[in-house]
Amino acid sequence: MHIELTDNIKKRNRTNGRFRYLVIAGSVITVIPIFLIVGNLAVKGYRQINLAFFTQPAPDTFQAMMAASAGEVIPGGIANGLTGSLLMVLLASLFAIPLGLMTGIYIYENSTKRYARFIRSLTEILQGVPSIILGIIAYIWVVKNITRGYSALAGSVSLTIMMLPLIIRSTEETMRMIPLSIREAAFALGTPYHKMIYKILIPVSFSGLATGVLLALSRILGETAPLMLTALGSPAISFDVTRPVSAVPLLIWDFYNDPNMVSLVWSASLFLMVFVLSMNLLARSVASKHKYI
Amino acid sequence: MSGDRITKALLFISSLTILLLSAGIVISLFGGSIPAFREFGLRFITSSAWNPTAGSEEYGAMAFIAGTVITSILALIICIPMAFTTSLFIAEYYRDTRISGILRSLVDLLAGIPSIVYGFWGFYALRPLLVSTGLSDQGFGVFTASLVLAIMIVPYATSLSAEIISMVPAELKEAAYSLGATRREVIFSVVIPSARSGIIASFILALGRALGETMAVTMLIGNANVIPKGLFAPGNTMASVIANQFGEASGLKMSALIAVGLLLFLITALVNYLGKLIIKRFA
Repeated sequence: MHIELTDNIKKRNRTNGRFRYLVIAGSVITVIPIFLIVGNLAVKGYRQINLAFFTQPAPDTFQAMMAASAGEVIPGGIANGLTGSLLMVLLASLFAIPLGLMTGIYIYENSTKRYARFIRSLTEILQGVPSIILGIIAYIWVVKNITRGYSALAGSVSLTIMMLPLIIRSTEETMRMIPLSIREAAFALGTPYHKMIYKILIPVSFSGLATGVLLALSRILGETAPLMLTALGSPAISFDVTRPVSAVPLLIWDFYNDPNMVSLVWSASLFLMVFVLSMNLLARSVASKHKYI
Repeated sequence: MSGDRITKALLFISSLTILLLSAGIVISLFGGSIPAFREFGLRFITSSAWNPTAGSEEYGAMAFIAGTVITSILALIICIPMAFTTSLFIAEYYRDTRISGILRSLVDLLAGIPSIVYGFWGFYALRPLLVSTGLSDQGFGVFTASLVLAIMIVPYATSLSAEIISMVPAELKEAAYSLGATRREVIFSVVIPSARSGIIASFILALGRALGETMAVTMLIGNANVIPKGLFAPGNTMASVIANQFGEASGLKMSALIAVGLLLFLITALVNYLGKLIIKRFA
């Protein structure tokens, strides 16, 4: 038998080095868009952001056209979007946070049971449902049958269905990280089941739960598609849940469809992005600061 | 009743809402689709006609199914090299270093940007760029939509792939190194083979996200109700046709749009289920 040993280590080292550069180059390409998007929006959007931007409702297209042709900043702002977003997100949180927390705890506490595992699978499926479909659902349930017209309530129902699976999953995952010994210690002292949940499980995992809620909020704040089918949008500031309301992403969509509003859409997009991203960062910093126990 | 039993009952009842919600969604989608399927039968899926003129109404979902599948697959193809290299950077080359932490946060930020902002940015920043290359007259179309979609799904594929790559046991890699393998050889002969199914699953789940993406695609695909004729031709996806036409729809058209929604729901559920199944096998 004849074995030939060839020394090709130089070639192997070369491909090894090249591959490393490829990995670095690919990673750089991946993060370039974030700088481009943030930079683009900041440069083109900052001019319109002033006090009026937050306190005045959206201008009509005529006002915008006049201002644009005179070379001034467009009057008005996104106040009707801010109040609409606030209304719908608050309402959705009111339903989704308690329900999500309780369902998450239920799944965690009964994770050996078939039923709980089935609920968990349903939650996973629900999480994957495209948001526009939740818009259709809220349209069928609320717009057609309850408020008989586009409404803030319908919008918040679609946002609730979006939030629920996010909160359930984060709650369950947070609970799973609590050491068993803590629960055992509580039970050894004769703590009743409900006290164990309210006084131990929830406080111990509070920062994890808060992170889950904040991430869910940052997800639904930017949602547009389901709101187009449910809340529709409204030029006026309104807090009536049975009437159409606007939302910041809905305003961006309206501005986008109106050629006179171009400079306002940059500002609205900049504001929405900065708001959502800061919420995201806040959630992550809460999570990293409070690693349990 | 004692506090214990009340608590247990409350937890159980809240879990029931998920059951009711899921059942309600499926029933409502099926119920709303019945008129369209009764009128057109299976032709609704195979036909690509979309004619809302009263009297000669004719609806078929094929153009939108094609649009959705083409844009999502193209987005996935663009996404794979980016997500693959980035996950190697995070979980292998610069594992547990400061720079990998920064990269990871930047990629996470990409996932946080709202869809409508992507769409708007794509419209004003990316579209003119494509027009200037001369590849496309208007800059709208399948390719523009897929490019933005790819950027949007990269974070999902990356974070999951990175997690799975970091789970490859160090002993396996060390054994290969001790035989004299270079890093690239370790990656291709040890890391990737042992993480393969997990990496594939992460791309399937990213595909699941791309399928249902609405706003960015609606703003960039050109909204033509035909099967896209080429990479730079306009089209429409299932999600974008719903977003565009639901508001003014009624009667049979409304039912047809709900039926499109039902098909989209089934396709995404199937793709997500497949991804989750592979992940569970892996773990």
